[in-house]
Amino acid sequence: MKDNAESYVTADGRTIGPVVMEMKNITLRFGGVEAIKDISFDIREGEIRAIIGPNGAGKSSMLNVISGFYVPQEGEVWYKGSRRPPVKPFEVAQQGIARTFQNIALFEGMSVLDNVMTGRLTHMKTGMLSQMLWRGAAEREEVANREVAEKIIDFLEIQAIRKTPVARLPYGLKKRVELARALAAEPSILLLDEPMAGMNVEEKEDMSRFILDVNDEFGTTIALIEHDMGVVMDLSDRVVVMDYGKKIGDGTPHDVRNNQAVIDAYLGVAHDEEDAT
Amino acid sequence: MNEQLAFTIEVFANGLMAGVLYALVALGFVLIYKASGIFNYAQGVMALFAAMTLVGIQNGQVPFSHLINAIFGTDIHKFGWSVHSFLAIILTVFVMIALAWAVQRFVFRHLVGQEPIILFMATIGLAYFLEGVADLMWGSELKALNVCAAEGACLPQGMNMWLEGTTYEALGYGFFIDNLDIVASIIAAILVIGLVMFAQYTKQGRAMRAVADDHQAALSVGVSLNFIWILVWSLAGFVALVAGIMWGAKSGVQFSLSLIALKALPVLMLGGFTSIPGAIVGGLIIGVGEKLFEFLIGAPFLGGATENWFAYMLALLFLVFRPQGLFGEKIIERV
Repeated sequence: MKDNAESYVTADGRTIGPVVMEMKNITLRFGGVEAIKDISFDIREGEIRAIIGPNGAGKSSMLNVISGFYVPQEGEVWYKGSRRPPVKPFEVAQQGIARTFQNIALFEGMSVLDNVMTGRLTHMKTGMLSQMLWRGAAEREEVANREVAEKIIDFLEIQAIRKTPVARLPYGLKKRVELARALAAEPSILLLDEPMAGMNVEEKEDMSRFILDVNDEFGTTIALIEHDMGVVMDLSDRVVVMDYGKKIGDGTPHDVRNNQAVIDAYLGVAHDEEDAT
Repeated sequence: MNEQLAFTIEVFANGLMAGVLYALVALGFVLIYKASGIFNYAQGVMALFAAMTLVGIQNGQVPFSHLINAIFGTDIHKFGWSVHSFLAIILTVFVMIALAWAVQRFVFRHLVGQEPIILFMATIGLAYFLEGVADLMWGSELKALNVCAAEGACLPQGMNMWLEGTTYEALGYGFFIDNLDIVASIIAAILVIGLVMFAQYTKQGRAMRAVADDHQAALSVGVSLNFIWILVWSLAGFVALVAGIMWGAKSGVQFSLSLIALKALPVLMLGGFTSIPGAIVGGLIIGVGEKLFEFLIGAPFLGGATENWFAYMLALLFLVFRPQGLFGEKIIERV
């Protein structure tokens, strides 16, 4: 077990930082149904952390707990060394945790650039009057925010569609714009909800490349959910595997791939049969 | 100068001024509809409530005095002071903000995600509730509204003699234009420019547009929906106050003031429910249209009184040929 406060270097030479977020014994219920059962894991600075599992395993619920959309009945969320009280989603965003959605939540009526600029909202600090009059500090702040947005647009190769209304874009590009907006917030943790869902092979490869590049270039800590195991194994530093709301594996992709419980879950061993053996 | 032409121009100008007041009411609707999808039937009553509160504070009336007197057997009606207009307006703004908070906290927070028709029904209920509260708080008699910045510098009444005289000398025809209408137009213009700058450039304005577009996405970029909704209701309350002052100064503060909401409906259909400039242009078109129609066609050929229905006719035509209004968002969807 590695020390929470220490960095370490992995076998392939990547430096992984100290723990930035820790989930302790999280249980989430909807009525009588337990979507998440007593799960604990942590996210370390600078790593790509994946949560995988078959459909209905509770992955999305887990992401929604982290981003404040769901409040768990039991367990604690620790963020940057202190226990996080129950918070609203917008407060989580203000604390530096940005996210994307499986079904894409973009501002359809706005251009790509305007969408990315909304990611900067939490960084706008100058007064309302000076913003209205576009003078002094407000102007400098706007220019700085705009620079960040443009840098990210360039980085994700969506310059050509900067001014296009998002509603006109195809699915794959929308996913990229959503990633750009989340990145514009310069988050401490970036949460990606099935970033590859519904994409063709080429789009998936593009998205994988962008996720790796973002992590490389900006050092962003990324936690992502995916049910496509192949993609995840190539991307991530550490993987949590969930099945039926329980954690059945946690470790490097190599560890997880050789874990019998994980293999069973993915190959679809019937659960009563499993109990019998 | 041709008498007939000059008179037409005068009618046109008066129509523009009336249109500004329609636009002012329509603006309140647009603000709330854009950010929350609620068609606020109570907007007209909010204007009434704001105007009554302003007069009440100015005159030093004791709020709920009838109720208090009935319960405690006392006989108090006034505090015995009068409040300066400027201070009274600020106090009224605070009352409207408190109202916005209360509406959000006690009504719409419990109705998030409901069908639009349910939200609409809630605003009808709100309208009657607010009308009752206004009555109970300040009494139902007709009140005159005089807003003065300083001694002798009040909202002007009557015709502008200077304009009439000057135009008579220059053009041989004196234009009759109401002083109050001129002031109202200037104030409305300032208000609109302010609102547009607010929506375009400020953090809160951008957050407002974000909420109008997608709730979930807005949450994920750190915008509090609750705060934005209170903000737009406050802004709508402020716009209602301005509209209430202008209409109240024109024809006194009375319960029929709440009916101006009905005049805003055709304006919205014309301008589009989601566009601030649309509300202005729509208001101006309706104002000018109904005055000119009455003057050129209505009075000579149709026996007059066309102003009552012209706006709705025009709106109906628009609904048939351009349902999203002049500036409304055209729904683009990839299939």
